[in-house]
Amino acid sequence: MANITMSPADAAAVQGAPSVRVRSYWQNVGYRLRYDYLTLFFGAMVILIILSAIFAPLLAPMDPYQSSLINRLKPIGYKDFLLGTDELGRDILSRMLYGGRISLTMGIVPVLIATIVGGSLGIVAGFVGGRTNMIIMRTVDVFYAFPSILLAVAISGAMGGGIVNGMLSLTLVFIPPLCRVAETATSQVRNLDFVEAARATGARTLSIIRVHILGNVLGPILVYSSSMVSVSILLASGLSFLGLGVTPPEPDWGLMLNTLRQAIYINPVVCAIPGVAILITSICFNLVSDGLRSAMDVRL
Amino acid sequence: MTVTENTRPSQTLNAVDRKDARDRGGDRQPMLIARELKKHFPITGGVLNRTIGHVRAVDGVSFTVMKGETLGVVGESGCGKSTLARLLMHLIVPDSGDLIFDGDAVGENDGLSVRDMRRLMQMVFQDSYSSLNPRMPVEDSISYGKKVHGASEQEAKEAARELLTKVGLDPNLFGPRYPHELSGGQKQRVNIARALVLEPRVVILDEAVSALDKSVEAQVLNLLRYLKQHFNLTYVFISHDLNVVQYVSDRVLVMYLGEVVEIGPVDEIYARPKHPYTQALLASRLSMDPDDRIEEPPLVGDPPNPINPPSGCRFRTRCKFAEKICEIERPVLGEWLSSEAHVTACHMFVPRSGHSMANEAGKPEAAATVPAAAMAGED
Amino acid sequence: MSDTAKKTPLVRLEDLNVKFVTRESTVNAVNDVNLTLEAGEVLCIIGESGSGKSVSMRALMRLLPERRTRISGTIEVDGKDVLSLKGAELSDLRGGLVSMIFQEPMTALDPVFSVGHQIAETVRRHEGCSYDKGMERALELLELVKVPSAERRLKAFPHELSGGLRQRAMIAMALSCRPKLLLADEPTTALDATVQIQVLILLRKIQAEMGMGVIFVTHDLGVAAEIADRVAVMYAGRIVETGTVQEVLGNPKHPYTQGMLSSTVHGNMRGKDIEAIPGSPPDLRAMPPGCSFAPRCKYAEPACTAALPPEVVFEDGRMARCIKLTPSAAPEKELVPA
Repeated sequence: MANITMSPADAAAVQGAPSVRVRSYWQNVGYRLRYDYLTLFFGAMVILIILSAIFAPLLAPMDPYQSSLINRLKPIGYKDFLLGTDELGRDILSRMLYGGRISLTMGIVPVLIATIVGGSLGIVAGFVGGRTNMIIMRTVDVFYAFPSILLAVAISGAMGGGIVNGMLSLTLVFIPPLCRVAETATSQVRNLDFVEAARATGARTLSIIRVHILGNVLGPILVYSSSMVSVSILLASGLSFLGLGVTPPEPDWGLMLNTLRQAIYINPVVCAIPGVAILITSICFNLVSDGLRSAMDVRL
Repeated sequence: MTVTENTRPSQTLNAVDRKDARDRGGDRQPMLIARELKKHFPITGGVLNRTIGHVRAVDGVSFTVMKGETLGVVGESGCGKSTLARLLMHLIVPDSGDLIFDGDAVGENDGLSVRDMRRLMQMVFQDSYSSLNPRMPVEDSISYGKKVHGASEQEAKEAARELLTKVGLDPNLFGPRYPHELSGGQKQRVNIARALVLEPRVVILDEAVSALDKSVEAQVLNLLRYLKQHFNLTYVFISHDLNVVQYVSDRVLVMYLGEVVEIGPVDEIYARPKHPYTQALLASRLSMDPDDRIEEPPLVGDPPNPINPPSGCRFRTRCKFAEKICEIERPVLGEWLSSEAHVTACHMFVPRSGHSMANEAGKPEAAATVPAAAMAGED
Repeated sequence: MSDTAKKTPLVRLEDLNVKFVTRESTVNAVNDVNLTLEAGEVLCIIGESGSGKSVSMRALMRLLPERRTRISGTIEVDGKDVLSLKGAELSDLRGGLVSMIFQEPMTALDPVFSVGHQIAETVRRHEGCSYDKGMERALELLELVKVPSAERRLKAFPHELSGGLRQRAMIAMALSCRPKLLLADEPTTALDATVQIQVLILLRKIQAEMGMGVIFVTHDLGVAAEIADRVAVMYAGRIVETGTVQEVLGNPKHPYTQGMLSSTVHGNMRGKDIEAIPGSPPDLRAMPPGCSFAPRCKYAEPACTAALPPEVVFEDGRMARCIKLTPSAAPEKELVPA
């Protein structure tokens, strides 16, 4: 090989380009998030809300189920009741903290399951294409025909009330949109040359999906599902409000809103508390997912 | 124009002198034979998504690649050269036609499986950006193929690092990097390393240097030359750049609208092009001399749409020698007897074809080569 | 050169700097560019990707996003200070005095209107004539750029045209208001070889007929050889060499231009290595000190990285930025690899 002028060693020497800090995509996203103070703030809020739900037994000043006929519908700051009491004289603060557990679970778990199920379906549909894609996506389209709240109510109604059935119906509601997002993202990635190159090595479909597709579609799917959490909290509250989700006396924000509604003329401020909690939580989740979206929008 | 002093014996056209232990069919057996490859893409439209036409991307293409040679494939956009590359790799399944790899039919029961063929034949894509996984360090992109074929994590990594060195990148510096941290030329080096990790016999280079800057293109061409010798490779080099093809190829295949119009040894084709299209293509090369500019375009108009190609000879709509026969009858590529053969699909070269310029010998000396010389201009 | 000193040139760039500022980094896209173009002259700016050639063109038309871009220096077109233009004056400049053609005509033409309509609208807006008058002019223009059966093509939508015809339609649109200056940003790069030469010859003929000044950006030395009167070679945001096309391509002075020429592939190099320029262009976010070509230059010595080489102007008006060159003597003989 003596007559070849460019020996690899020479080439290695000339390729000593200016050193660039090696940062993976996710490190880049992290780097961007670090300077996005708004998202950081709302992210901290989300964590705070979740922590307060987890540590409700430690934080709650009273028993959330302990009713008292004398202390019904007391205003904010009455005696030891920091946020007043409800129509059965139970401490609202304690019920709010405990209620967060159920409300957040109802918000997060269905989205989580839907992300896994819908995401997998969408990735398969997007990668395999053809007839498989048509079958999966047309089925999904059927669900699209119904407004999500109606669909949730219909499924819950058919299956009966209760937390598990409520979550199940919400999961079913979220599978179609997540499937669609995953399918779109996958079919975009599938046409890139590196996937062709992976096929050209003789790799099997599952390996290509796991190694090459997943990392590239996870971002958009996660952004979308994080934005769905706020919708899920609202829908769960709606179901409970209608009596289809959580059943009394379990503390749940939506259910509390429903029962307190009767007292709206007696003590409107107290009535509004669960609503405000739902609002704040869903806004926080929404803004965090917006922040994630712009941080992940890195054109590498 | 300065060129390095180093020279080496010119490449032999037929089999390479070096025996390769992986030879299955013997050294005279062509590395790759494509027979009547055909791929038509349906175009769907209307409310019912019915097929309303076909893009005849590759329409009956046959050729042979000898062991150790570089076959250049040239043609304009839409001529089907990229589809051809994907057909060879079985990334697109051909509608019809056979592929024979070193004596074994590909994808048939008693032949070579597609998966095994893909170990022996690899491809480098044009777009160095989209052909690397953006979420993966480049050494993982390279080692992936090795792992697919059962190598351990450690072995695969070793192979990747060795290949990075071979393509001129320091594995410690570049291995852990992500594609966006590399320049275009560096990414293309990584793509080449990835193609070589399975120790293939044949590498298909689909416009592999076209997107690179000239100075980087030259580096990569040198690298390809080095790797070809080092790994005893056979190249199918697809490009629209006639100068590059002339530089790298031993033989050249010219495509127009999904068909082969001419095939032959590189010096033959460049010095004595037969097909009017090849002549025009060569005459369209820019002169590089400001005092000797091209005054008249050798061809007018664009290549026609491959959806409904012209009847008979597909080039006739732009050909100045077109006659009635060209419209009626599709010219066939002359019989291809050896790797030295220079054949073309043109009625002017077929005795008694009905074309006024075709003489008995099938060589339209007086007729076609004189205007060709005028067309070629500075050549 | 004495007579050109009297009249103002069509384009004058002086100490042009363009920087793109983001939170993470500052990209020095164009650095201290000095350039003049006389009326009726064709100047080719040759450079590789990232050399700043396209950015300079866009700065000339003020097409860069204002918020992230810092432009300093002087840009004068036909005596007007481009950087101080505002609102209506700016739109008079764009499409009136100066117009531009791009590499990908599909992005420059509006897909929802017919080609004829788009040209007619442009004419009407700039010349204040009727729409019908504009249509007549559109037909004339399509005939000028040799679109076959122009009358029928007036009604065609951009996606119905082939690549070459689309490029011709864009040229027709650019010419619609008889610009004094045409900026062409790699207009033939995406075209096939047989179509590219057609478009180049067309542009050359139209330029000669209309006598406008043209700045033609390309990475291809062959294209420059076909069309340019003068060339300017850019590297890492700086002009490293200017001169007539014959001089620069025939007798390059700057090591980068020499390297470009020697790494351009020719068939007669078969079987030999190409003398390539090693390495890759510098990162514009972290430019090397001194001459930015020094890290890849085989003649480089410590003095090259000490300070930015000055513009060396030769007697015949050529310029090159290399410390190894002296204005009077024949310099390329002195270049000895370090």
